[in-house]
Amino acid sequence: MSKDECKQVVLDIIAEIAPDEELSDVKPDVALREQLDLDSMDFLDIVMELRKKHGIEVPEPEYGELVSLDSCAEYLTPKFNALV
Amino acid sequence: MEVSRVVITGVGLTAPNGNSLSEYRENLLNGIAGISRTEIRYMGEVLAGICDFDPLRYQKRKEVRVGTRAGSVSIYCAREALKSSGVDFESMDKNRIGIYVGITEHGNVETENEIHNISQFDYDTKFWTHHHNPRTVANNPAGEASLNLKVTGPAYTIGAACAAGNLGLVHAVQMLQLGEVDYAIAGGVSESIHTFGIFAGFKSQGALAEHEDPNKASRPFDAARNGIVVSEGGALFTLERLDDALARGAKIYGEIVGYHVNSDATDYVLPNPERQTQCMRAALKKAKMAPQEIHIVNTHATATPMGDIQECQAIVQVFEDCPDTYVNNTKGFIGHAMGAAGALEMAGNLPSFEDRMVHPSINVDELDPKCSIPNLVLNQPTQAKRVDAILNNSFGMLGINSALIVRRFSDQ
Repeated sequence: MSKDECKQVVLDIIAEIAPDEELSDVKPDVALREQLDLDSMDFLDIVMELRKKHGIEVPEPEYGELVSLDSCAEYLTPKFNALV
Repeated sequence: MEVSRVVITGVGLTAPNGNSLSEYRENLLNGIAGISRTEIRYMGEVLAGICDFDPLRYQKRKEVRVGTRAGSVSIYCAREALKSSGVDFESMDKNRIGIYVGITEHGNVETENEIHNISQFDYDTKFWTHHHNPRTVANNPAGEASLNLKVTGPAYTIGAACAAGNLGLVHAVQMLQLGEVDYAIAGGVSESIHTFGIFAGFKSQGALAEHEDPNKASRPFDAARNGIVVSEGGALFTLERLDDALARGAKIYGEIVGYHVNSDATDYVLPNPERQTQCMRAALKKAKMAPQEIHIVNTHATATPMGDIQECQAIVQVFEDCPDTYVNNTKGFIGHAMGAAGALEMAGNLPSFEDRMVHPSINVDELDPKCSIPNLVLNQPTQAKRVDAILNNSFGMLGINSALIVRRFSDQ
């Protein structure tokens, strides 16, 4: 999985948990919570969907790695690739 | 003790046969029911009263996803009630608004869904949603309405089995009279058709209705009745002290002049007509009214074999010499809307103050002789000489009884 593909996976999850948000111009280097109406429960939803849909575990001390699309890709892509 | 008079100034509802008071009322007068077949987990096909209101009228999609069905019902009904009350909501002091929502149960739907969810993951609880607790706390349906409306006054539910719709209103009257709030949004809601447990429980009890025609399944007082049709829905009213309502020139749908709540203390599920009689009489006493002054008694009867007979016995005791008192029932149209039942059934009768029509109990092909009581309005609406007061019965499991009396508003 490429980092761009990983970003799309995250965006697909956000599209489900925050269906009112416009996601076409999310800036990858800006914190998601600065540009989208996401709260702490939504971030827990992202963690849960990664677990349910993709078997990816994000330990609580590492939640901060999910702050932006870029940081998500940096952190999650190796995890996805390790699954294969 | 002199207490403030409390009046109804707005009505918001969703029923299986209507998403506004006017649509619902029209269907009640035209004999149009709203029961259909639906699939439910583990049970397969069941009969249910399903509402088709649009939750996105007042909620964002995320709110619908995160919240509960009962929350959506509450929000829809509360917003519709506010709209119909004509109040300038934006300028109101939100600290002085109370939301009191009657529920039969809450949390079964969400708990069953989560158990089903983790069953897909070998029952590993790390897949259990973090939304579970806010969804299942007992105050959820009222709390979601407070979030949506930004109401910062008291907002909570009243758990009272199937008497809950009446009790939401009773509690609102009390809080207004105590001066705890200046404006109340109150009634009852139900999401119970989304839990298999309610259906399975009634079926195990031998109390779940079945009929080849869904709209004929709920048939209170009919000889061939065979149980309850479970429904979802809600009705919330706006209530104000009379002086406040008059000061702002509000339309007054009726005045809550009496109520009573008591308990059978005899059985988990079987009703007790003696206590029901006491309950109605105590409500009349509080209202300072004679039985003859009540022109509609809306029954709780759910179409169970014994329950309908026992309520009829109770009504005859109280209204034995009341030639102008009509008796009806709403569940033939909408099934049993559980926590919403009392509130929806009161709402369906309120327009009688204007048109003097008494909606019927439908699906009575052969009246059970044991339910044959005077002035039971069957299958066709009746034009009453006058409708000045309505008594609404709502009873529930564990023997809770309620009777609520609403009178046509008169500035006397």
